[in-house]
Amino acid sequence: MDFGFTEEQDLLRAEVRKWLDQNCSMDEVRKITEAEGGEGFSRQHWKAIAELGWLGLTIPEEHGGAGLGWVDLVVLLEETGRSLFPSPLLANTIAAAAIQEAGSDEQQARLLPGLADGSVIATLAVQEDSGPPEVSAVRLEGERDGDAVVLQGEKVFVPDAAAADLLIVACRIGDDVALAALRADSDGVAASDEPGMDLTKRLGRVRLDAARGEVLERGGAEVLTRIVDRATAAVTAEMIGAGEGAIALTADYAKERTQFGSPIGRYQGVKHPLAEMYVDVESFKSLLYYAAWCLDESPDEALRYVSMAKAYASEALARIGIDAVQLHGAVGYTWEFDAHLYLKRSKWARPMFGDSDYHYERVASLGGL
Amino acid sequence: MDFTLTPEEEAFRDGVRAFLDENLPEDAKRTDPGFVAGWQKKVREKRWVGFSWPKEVGGGGGSIMEQAILKEEMAKRKAPPLGGCFMGIQWVGPAIIAYGTEEQKQKFIPDILDGAYQWCTGYSEPDYGSDLGALQCKAVREGEEYVVTGQKIWTSIAMWSKWIILLVRTSNHGDDKHKGITCLLVRMDSPGITVRPIKNMSGGAMFAEVFFDDVRVPAENRLGDEGEGWRVTITALAHERSGIAEVESLTRNLDALKKLARELERSGEASVRRRIAVMETRIQAMRMSGLRALTKQLRGEPLGSETSVNKLLRAQLEVEMGDFAVDLQGCAGPLVAGESVSDGGRWQKMSLSWPEVVIGGGTPNIQKNIIAERILGLPKD
Repeated sequence: MDFGFTEEQDLLRAEVRKWLDQNCSMDEVRKITEAEGGEGFSRQHWKAIAELGWLGLTIPEEHGGAGLGWVDLVVLLEETGRSLFPSPLLANTIAAAAIQEAGSDEQQARLLPGLADGSVIATLAVQEDSGPPEVSAVRLEGERDGDAVVLQGEKVFVPDAAAADLLIVACRIGDDVALAALRADSDGVAASDEPGMDLTKRLGRVRLDAARGEVLERGGAEVLTRIVDRATAAVTAEMIGAGEGAIALTADYAKERTQFGSPIGRYQGVKHPLAEMYVDVESFKSLLYYAAWCLDESPDEALRYVSMAKAYASEALARIGIDAVQLHGAVGYTWEFDAHLYLKRSKWARPMFGDSDYHYERVASLGGL
Repeated sequence: MDFTLTPEEEAFRDGVRAFLDENLPEDAKRTDPGFVAGWQKKVREKRWVGFSWPKEVGGGGGSIMEQAILKEEMAKRKAPPLGGCFMGIQWVGPAIIAYGTEEQKQKFIPDILDGAYQWCTGYSEPDYGSDLGALQCKAVREGEEYVVTGQKIWTSIAMWSKWIILLVRTSNHGDDKHKGITCLLVRMDSPGITVRPIKNMSGGAMFAEVFFDDVRVPAENRLGDEGEGWRVTITALAHERSGIAEVESLTRNLDALKKLARELERSGEASVRRRIAVMETRIQAMRMSGLRALTKQLRGEPLGSETSVNKLLRAQLEVEMGDFAVDLQGCAGPLVAGESVSDGGRWQKMSLSWPEVVIGGGTPNIQKNIIAERILGLPKD
């Protein structure tokens, strides 16, 4: 029994953190995301992290990746979450997981290398309304035309929609749920991002008007559920990092800021909320680590633990974001101080792939209620 | 990460299960004194009492991993405790093994393992509870004896105990209050000791005030050096559990709550389902954090925050479970007996007994101070 990281995983974490500290400080995050008319991420960073192997971390070696597991991915995403790293990395990773789960061997061999080497930015489009990502809510119509599928409809809340070169789209062909892949520059595809609170995360809308793509051959309702579970775990991993980042920022401020002749961190009115934030992050972290292990090694258990982790994280991070701002006092309300960046990340992450109501209900059903 | 057991560990687990199949039938009367006495004899013979203690002192010499397996299997089957002397097994024994003289080990350890009598713990005082380090119960050395004067309070099972592990002040150090604390092992029938039970809010009396009026204690009953008492205590408390066994009993309670929700036809209500799911999630978080702590122990790394985190989660759960069960019963919630009350009033009892776990051993607010100061590095209060 060993519920900890390996030396290699610790090394990966140290390398990722070092690169982010050196190349994407909070000043840099702001420069990239606040740039008028900018893409919201840095193409230079994209190239660099492709070379570092981050994009292909979970893609099999024969398709140009590192062939690592979801536990390794958690290490990477905790760090990108801590730095609020603005990048389509998460979208690309989720899309890669979708291709691995649903694509035939030939499709994987053809599509995955581009995702691993960064020449293609991919994303997954599931949702059609603002509710949770239920497979039953997938309505977008697909019609087979020879080897191709013709798609008609609209997807919303698509991560990094505007940046994506390749779209993996959940659709319905007849009564069956299917997954289609299509180039974003195909005829009949219109993708655009919609303005959001969290400038480090982009969500967009994709309109498909008789757009032609290919059907991923092993897709289906069950496969889509598994893909969404992986996506949920990935989002939750970044929430761990964001939570820890918010705690570190706030604890540092509480050590420096003096009132009534003493650092405010000496007062229990400041201490206790910080301790509660810590307890919550440690707790959903433990759940997510186990969920990630299940995704690699024990798929039957994964659903339950992914839901527990995301339910807990969504509820806790909301309060962590608010407390981080509040404990800073008035400066927390300014654009200049970084506390609001974590609050906004919590707003982005809470509903992504299901909020806490949705996931707690899943926990209740799975627990026999 | 790897959650599999080695073949040896699996064999050990199967051995524990076989023992339980044979010696703990489902309908065993777990509180019947006769049954419990027989049980204690059997687990003592297996050397499962003091399982991780060194073999030289009569313990089992078991590994940390085997101990975790043993505790989990026992908890799953609602087994009676391993050993009849709770505090002796939990911290008095480990403290004596770490700091005791040869004579003390020979005198006390076998009796603790046999559950020959009870130990109680004299830490808190009326004026020094959360601020334990400032305690004032005084001991003055006179020749080969210490003379103890002062008062302890919240001393669980003091009225049924033969010995007490006692923290006293032997000197005053202005700068470091911890330096003047010494640990003594004292017979409860020593002249000058008075025990006065305190009735708690559930109506029972499990703890007491203990008064010391010129109580003479042989110097040979000092545990550790003079002024070393704080360290002795810290070591002893560090032997506290990772929380995995508690997870089993919390899970059982949760299953009973689900059953109750169904019986009361409330299991379809969104708020009921959510509250149950939140509790289930927190219990599993405790289990997973406990396994992370266990991994650190197995790797020989120092234990960090995990135990404080779990103590706080457990405190929340203890309060919430009793509260929820009473809520579920609506207007019957505040009744303690009668036909409207579910499960014979056990949940009402639970809803009034949580302070034993939640306040005993450090209030949640003290735990939060510990996390904020030791882990987040905030300045001391």
